[in-house]
Amino acid sequence: MNFDPRYSGRNFTSVGTRPIRPDGVDKVTGRARYGADFNMAGQLVGRVLRSPHAHATIRKIDTSKAEKLAGVKAVITAADLPDLTDGDAAMYDILDNCMARKKALYDGHAVAAVAAVDARTARQALKLIEVDYEVLPHVTDVDEAMKHSAPLINDAIFTEGLEQKPVKPSNVTKRTQYGHGDIHEGFGQADFVVERSFKTEQTHQGYIEPHACVANVSSDGTADLWVCTQGHFVYRQHCAQLLGMEASKLRVTSSEIGGGFGGKTHVWAEPVALALSRKAGRPVKLVMTRDEVFRASGPTSATSIDVRIGARKDGTITAAEATLRYSCGPYAGTWAEIGAMTAFACYKLENVRTVGYEVLVNRPKTAAYRAPSAPMAAFAVESAVDELAKEIGMDPVEFRIRNAAQEGTRSSYGPVYGPIGIGPTLEAVKNHPHMKAPLGKNQGRGMACGFWFNFGGQTCTDLNIGMDGSVSLAVGTVDVGGSRASLSLVAAEELGIPYEQIKAVVADTSSLGYNDMTDGSRGTFSSSMATISAARNAIKVLRERAAQMWDIPVDDVVWEKGHAIAKGEKYDNLAALSLKEIAAASGKTGGPIAGHSELVADGAGVSFATHICDIEVDPETGSTRVLRYTVVQDAGKAVHPTYVEGQYQGGAAQGIGWALNEEYIYGKDGRLQNPGFLDYRIPVCSDLPMIDTQILEIPNPNHPYGVRGVGETSIVPPLAAIANAVSNAAGVRMTHIPMSPPRILAAIEAERGG
Amino acid sequence: MAGVAVSTTINGDNVEFLCQPDETLLDVLRDRLGLTGAKEGCGTGDCGACSIILDDRLVCSCLVLGAEAEGRHVETIEGMAHGDRLHPLQQKFLEHAALQCGVCTPGFLMAAKDLLAKNPDPTEEEIRFGLAGNLCRCTGYDKIVRAVQDAASVMKGA
Repeated sequence: MNFDPRYSGRNFTSVGTRPIRPDGVDKVTGRARYGADFNMAGQLVGRVLRSPHAHATIRKIDTSKAEKLAGVKAVITAADLPDLTDGDAAMYDILDNCMARKKALYDGHAVAAVAAVDARTARQALKLIEVDYEVLPHVTDVDEAMKHSAPLINDAIFTEGLEQKPVKPSNVTKRTQYGHGDIHEGFGQADFVVERSFKTEQTHQGYIEPHACVANVSSDGTADLWVCTQGHFVYRQHCAQLLGMEASKLRVTSSEIGGGFGGKTHVWAEPVALALSRKAGRPVKLVMTRDEVFRASGPTSATSIDVRIGARKDGTITAAEATLRYSCGPYAGTWAEIGAMTAFACYKLENVRTVGYEVLVNRPKTAAYRAPSAPMAAFAVESAVDELAKEIGMDPVEFRIRNAAQEGTRSSYGPVYGPIGIGPTLEAVKNHPHMKAPLGKNQGRGMACGFWFNFGGQTCTDLNIGMDGSVSLAVGTVDVGGSRASLSLVAAEELGIPYEQIKAVVADTSSLGYNDMTDGSRGTFSSSMATISAARNAIKVLRERAAQMWDIPVDDVVWEKGHAIAKGEKYDNLAALSLKEIAAASGKTGGPIAGHSELVADGAGVSFATHICDIEVDPETGSTRVLRYTVVQDAGKAVHPTYVEGQYQGGAAQGIGWALNEEYIYGKDGRLQNPGFLDYRIPVCSDLPMIDTQILEIPNPNHPYGVRGVGETSIVPPLAAIANAVSNAAGVRMTHIPMSPPRILAAIEAERGG
Repeated sequence: MAGVAVSTTINGDNVEFLCQPDETLLDVLRDRLGLTGAKEGCGTGDCGACSIILDDRLVCSCLVLGAEAEGRHVETIEGMAHGDRLHPLQQKFLEHAALQCGVCTPGFLMAAKDLLAKNPDPTEEEIRFGLAGNLCRCTGYDKIVRAVQDAASVMKGA
């Protein structure tokens, strides 16, 4: 039976309710096991030696003294991780990032690692490793790195995407361009034009749980890896490829995950732990310190963006263009390209062009961070949109409503939209009491819109029905924020049984087919689709078994509210059979009852949000206080509304931190100066107000229940919404994120002086 | 290096252990005693994920030496529920979905328990400042504050 993923407009019994999550009790009692909570008999402690230099050639590494230290069982360098990537440039970059091969490319780049009987011995051993560096000139700023005079980070890179192949290498790995129409003609029609340049600093995902894993490689070539990850199947593939193993010989179990936000989609420590275990012949536990998390994992891009938008007096945008420069760390990426795709996605534009430049810098390899690249582009565009509305003399919400994309609009990045939520979120904001609430002295209100693509991808799910009628749901998408609850609701809905009758688990890589990782807001979208498909396959078996028990044709059996029902007057004497009754008889009717599903979840519906924010600025100090915050976002269908609200609130809070406080600060020596939570300050409880949410439900036509991804979009509008609020409160346009007190004060003083 | 013999009380039980002089109480709890409910998020006292109560005082166990537990009363997340009966804070954290990833939750529960012991009827602002030593990156704190408010009103009525 082919699975039909189209939206069916059904009425729901379980979906949309708010039960307690199945993994909840373990998490409030301390029993849940995260990456660092697992141990194996005889395990060693792994530690990594990292470069103190931003850019240096590694002339020689002498590990002999460390190897002689009592209690040291293995020391490895890049020589122990030979290049098996076979011309795969992206995998080679991952390998080089796990362990520097010829050059250290950023402060914190791994150069060697040890496994020892305890942490103290491992730390001592690191001090005995002698690395002979030749320090090279470095560059950490995205604009500086684009200059011809900048130190070259990789002399084998020539900018891709230019009309003529360049003759000289460059720190710009790629130029990309999106858009349609004729922007010159469009700007010619404009009565008003706003042109601005913006900068955003680099931030970290800031998950509270550092990366952690336990690796156990056996001499027979098999291995186990316990790890906190957003995608254990992807980790298995990457680790197997880098270590020269067959994927099926490496079993990866995902632990509970203490936050990821995109930061746990890439391997760093795991291939190192496996290589240490292989050399030592014992299990190795490798846990990053917070300092290592900041210096070597994450972060997002630092950016520099120019925006130009023109509009007629009536408020119609006639042309829009943006040039986006995104830092990638020392390896090629596609971060500016994603920014270029998302920048104007909220609007219906006849003439639009965006150009992205991927820029190498001596900073850690850029990793995905919740709707990666979109928040910075939205900051620049939504700031300019606000300024343009002001110049025209229009209300910023009305201006956006007038230009909002609709069903049938050709998006700025190419595709034509289906039913979308940008207009409805703007209408909801226009009518929200927050927009009418009075403001006091030094207070300002801002609003902004945001877009994210959402993703589907490869998904595999098993639904097994026990002899007692209870249901085990095995999924392969890691649960980062309550998806086991939402997927149990979906299974309950489809089977017509109570939520409590279902137990959802995240299966390991040897127990289930391949799954893409939990990224792109795909966890609940794609795994719910696979769960519905698996449940429908199980229902087919249940109907067959009921037909067999009744000795009637299966076509006469329907499934309703958790029961098989014989359809037709001739069967009036047959009482409905419950799922439990059919399960109890399964041993005599053909054996275990299960439903499986393997699919590519296409058609993840695009997602839009509009946020409102009130800020108070102290004009004497430049300090800010968030007074009120409202999130309006389209969920398609909120499967578990409480956890949807949680995604909205969490994304907003991360955006608030990014907008006002968080940034990587590098010294002139190229070293990160604030690799800890004291100096890299994420929002604490007393920094924030309650975060109000409004869930809109514009069904995704490509999902049976109308579900869209909800996890990422909520971080896209905050930078711009807060910048608009601060600009309104302070009376000066803010163009540099984060808007820390010194930056705000400098802007206010420049305005006063000017 | 010779170990230090320590005799202490953890969640009401007498416990004896040997530890190194420079070993933190967090490492002792996690690595020697198998009490992994307290988490290491930073190791520098900035995130609160390792919060425990030491003689009625909320502390980051990463900033306390194992040897300092000698003769003291240590309370960890593992001692918060009575058998299978959850503490009202634990129950309200579940009902309000005051956790997403849950790694900060043990620390928040210990901090909230300490807060309510000292101030049974806190205002929202008092809750926000009372929990400002604990970092959560998932929730934006909204549902955590509501859970603590709800638990406080249940505990007052009890």
